[in-house]
Amino acid sequence: MTGSAALPAWLIIAASFGYVFLLFAIAYWGDRRAAAGRTMVANPWIYALSIAVYCTAWTFYGSVGRAASGGIEFLTIYIGPTLMFALGWVVLRKMIRISKVNRITSIADFISSRYGKSHLLGGLVTIIAVVGIMPYISLQLKAVAASFVVLLHYPEVGAPDASSVLPLFGDTALWIAALMALFAILFGTRHIDATEHHQGLVAAIAFESVVKLVAFVSVGLFVTFGMFDGFGDLFSRAASLPDTARLLTLEPVTDWIPFTLLSMLTIICLPRQFQVSVVENVDEEHLNKALWLFPLYLLLINIFVLPIALAGLLHFRAGGVDADTFVLALPMAQQQPALALLAFVGGLSAATGMVIVETVALSTMICNDLVMPMLLRFAWLQLAERRDLSGLLLGIRRGAICFILLIGYLYFRLIGESYALVSIGLMSFAAAAQFAPALILGMYWKGASRHGALAGISAGFLLWTYTLLLPSFARSGWLPESFIDAGPFGIALLQPYALFGMDGLGPTAHSLFWSLLANVGAFAAVSLLDRQSTIERIQSTLFVEVFQHAGNAAAALLHHTVSLPELRSLAERFLGRERTEEVLNEYAVRRGIDLNSSALADGELVQFVERRLAGAIGAASARVMVASTIKGEGVGVEEIMQILDETSQVLEYSRQLEQKSRALENATAELKAANERLTELDRLKDDFLSTVTHELRTPLTSIRSFSEILHDSPDLDIAERQHFLTIVIRESERLTRLINQVLDLTKIETGRMKWQITDVNLGEIIHQSVVSLRGLFEERQIAIETALPPDIPLIRADRDQLIQLVINLLSNAQKFSPAGTGRVCVGLTKAEGTVAVRVADNGPGIPANEHEKIFEKFHQVRAGRTGNPMGSGLGLAICRGIVEHLGGQIWVESEPGHGATFIFTVPLATGPSHAFGTKDELAGT
Amino acid sequence: MAKSILVVEDEPNIVLSLQFLMKKAGFDVRVARDGDEALAAVESKAPDLILLDVMIPKRDGYDVCQTIRANPAWGSIYIIMLTAKGREVDREKGIALGANDYVTKPFSTRDLTDKVKQLLDNAGL
Repeated sequence: MTGSAALPAWLIIAASFGYVFLLFAIAYWGDRRAAAGRTMVANPWIYALSIAVYCTAWTFYGSVGRAASGGIEFLTIYIGPTLMFALGWVVLRKMIRISKVNRITSIADFISSRYGKSHLLGGLVTIIAVVGIMPYISLQLKAVAASFVVLLHYPEVGAPDASSVLPLFGDTALWIAALMALFAILFGTRHIDATEHHQGLVAAIAFESVVKLVAFVSVGLFVTFGMFDGFGDLFSRAASLPDTARLLTLEPVTDWIPFTLLSMLTIICLPRQFQVSVVENVDEEHLNKALWLFPLYLLLINIFVLPIALAGLLHFRAGGVDADTFVLALPMAQQQPALALLAFVGGLSAATGMVIVETVALSTMICNDLVMPMLLRFAWLQLAERRDLSGLLLGIRRGAICFILLIGYLYFRLIGESYALVSIGLMSFAAAAQFAPALILGMYWKGASRHGALAGISAGFLLWTYTLLLPSFARSGWLPESFIDAGPFGIALLQPYALFGMDGLGPTAHSLFWSLLANVGAFAAVSLLDRQSTIERIQSTLFVEVFQHAGNAAAALLHHTVSLPELRSLAERFLGRERTEEVLNEYAVRRGIDLNSSALADGELVQFVERRLAGAIGAASARVMVASTIKGEGVGVEEIMQILDETSQVLEYSRQLEQKSRALENATAELKAANERLTELDRLKDDFLSTVTHELRTPLTSIRSFSEILHDSPDLDIAERQHFLTIVIRESERLTRLINQVLDLTKIETGRMKWQITDVNLGEIIHQSVVSLRGLFEERQIAIETALPPDIPLIRADRDQLIQLVINLLSNAQKFSPAGTGRVCVGLTKAEGTVAVRVADNGPGIPANEHEKIFEKFHQVRAGRTGNPMGSGLGLAICRGIVEHLGGQIWVESEPGHGATFIFTVPLATGPSHAFGTKDELAGT
Repeated sequence: MAKSILVVEDEPNIVLSLQFLMKKAGFDVRVARDGDEALAAVESKAPDLILLDVMIPKRDGYDVCQTIRANPAWGSIYIIMLTAKGREVDREKGIALGANDYVTKPFSTRDLTDKVKQLLDNAGL
């Protein structure tokens, strides 16, 4: 031992132990406060500081080393997380929400749960995490051991030889590892439920973040302002030397983008980061503070990295001092034992924080996603039947912690010696990055499948192993060095650092490129080709649409009722009697029900207990255990499918019902409309019958009256008798006409009229009608004239009906024209495709409001003159029926006092009409 | 003094037959061809009995009946409604409006004459 009395070994050891026991005290105090209900972690500052567990011994020592050789390139490792928190916080928020809803215990649990609660995937992620993170843990042990040895040589600054025998305490790294294991076991495995927050642990981690920041900044301030006159002096001196000036220039480094991407992914994929930022998160709101506080922390701790590196290079220009130890070596060289000790404690805190959180996270993964599923599979262990497994669970986790630290220590002893801190760290980063595609795409792409995730992660891990892990073995002499330089079996294309001839990138960037390419490629391709199982679809929806689903309604569907005692005993096996009671009470209180009064557990309670179990043994195992409880009908995929099928059948059935009821509604509406039409028709028919009856009774009354008068009055004179007989005859004719008209109209309206359609000459029709009525006109001295063009086209019509139509109109005109001065004119004109016949009189005319009504049945225009029978009131209705049957129209143009003109049109039989002929007037006589 | 009858009817042949029948029975007969004419005739000299057709122009028989019954001075006028509407509701409506009797067309001339005589003879007693 060569150290001077100024910093004896016992002091360093005492400081180390003192510091570690301080951590114990804080963690213990934190747990006590939590137990008393006065939680400390309900504080966004503690949350944000705990995320700074990202800054490990690698940051504390390694960044300076990397800056000393690569300049500000070291910053990429901090730009990534800053970007992720500043820009990618939506991803973080979603991860936190999903994990809370599903009671996720680790990143392995997250991925397994997302892809259908797959044991295989959870196990694979766990194995990769353990293998990948192992170098990282060993790196921490190496850093602590190395810094201890460096400090032990105080004040002599020289190349540390970590392998140098330490007679007094033996192997420092082993001691450190043992202490950390103890801490992790004490404060990381207090509870069965891994989703319960380790409040003491988080408090201690936050404290450590403060310590390492204070220590590093103190050294930085001392170096910058104590050894030099501030940044200006330091940088200008560095710029004057070619070796250090090189570090100040921003060279275009190809590795910048890959490193930034890498650190972006790892800030969410590293098991310990997932642990602190997701699992240990007590309040989603805390993320808002961490979004700026964590990047600020990164900025502060990095301000002095370059100054310390430059100062180290300037001060130890002769060489011989490892740049990784500058943080310690500079205070030592300046005879500052207290500061050197502070720096050592800072490094120690950075290392312990990382190791403790990482081992807790990994041990949970090993227990829940690797060991328990395997143990549950061995039927001969009869684990599923055992009464209390809570002790076993804790035992497995504690064992896992010891195992991880032991492996980490061995890795450090066997391999770690040959590597710089940064290289080891980057290797772990690249391994953790393989989880990113399955993790991130799984939150946003429902189509991402279990097989896709398995393929992607496997492919990525294989390439990582080949391009980073195997070369590290080669460097350590486990494989021939030619494996790196010439490729396996001398195949140059397969060189692990220049795969397929791709060189120009550093080993990490190169590995990251190939592994992520293979990962994402396999993941996407397999997912697209794959068909998801039902449970996968359910889980993918729960994850992707976590903000849309308030609860876990879909999953509640999957459970049948279970007997409550069975569920209780299942929970007791894993959670213990006391905890089970608490869980069930919590449920009862939340739901406001009394569990003691029911023998059955409903789907929701089963779901609740399964989540609690998932917290203890992982989602996949909890699923198996709960399924085994439901006797005789395990909740297998088939059953889920069946339930879903039934649901969709019910949906289909209800859709059909809905359709039918809609059809029924339509039918009802139609029926109602039809009924209304029928009622209306009935009313019209009733009206018609009533009117017909009235019209028939009127002539009948006259006939009967005069017949009886004639019969009862034998003393009537001849003239009177003659007069009365004439009335009887006229009224009889009227009755006959009326009956014929009613029959005609009914035939026309019901379509039973026999139409004799032939080619008809309208001119001839008009002529014949005029001739047949001439006597009537002459009787009342009414003039009748016709105006017909010479070439009258033929129309298709029923001749007799057409004559009746014209006669009806002419006799109407005659009836309303004044005797002596009356004048009726019949004209015929041709228009486009039709012929129009006009019958005009100089009678009293028809008021506008009657123009439509006169064509209705029994609507009689009461002319001023009475005494003349006005007709049946059916004539015009029959006219309209005939015209409409022939495809034409009929209407009246009239003003009261100016006569009336009735016009009807009939379509032409063939072709376009000819030109108008000359007017031919025939004076009526 | 002979009793007077007002015939309210727009169908000329029916007017002629009623005129003949009532004159033959020994009554004074006046004729109105629509509702307005009927009311004017009643106002100028109230008849003992009105043969009132329902379907007449301007004011129908129901209206005329109602108007006459609304005036207490005309309370002693007998009204027999004549109508070609044979439905029971029409008959009930006529009676409800104050008609003394209701005769459906075509009617028996003897029955009608008997009804008129019966009403006017009872009034005379």
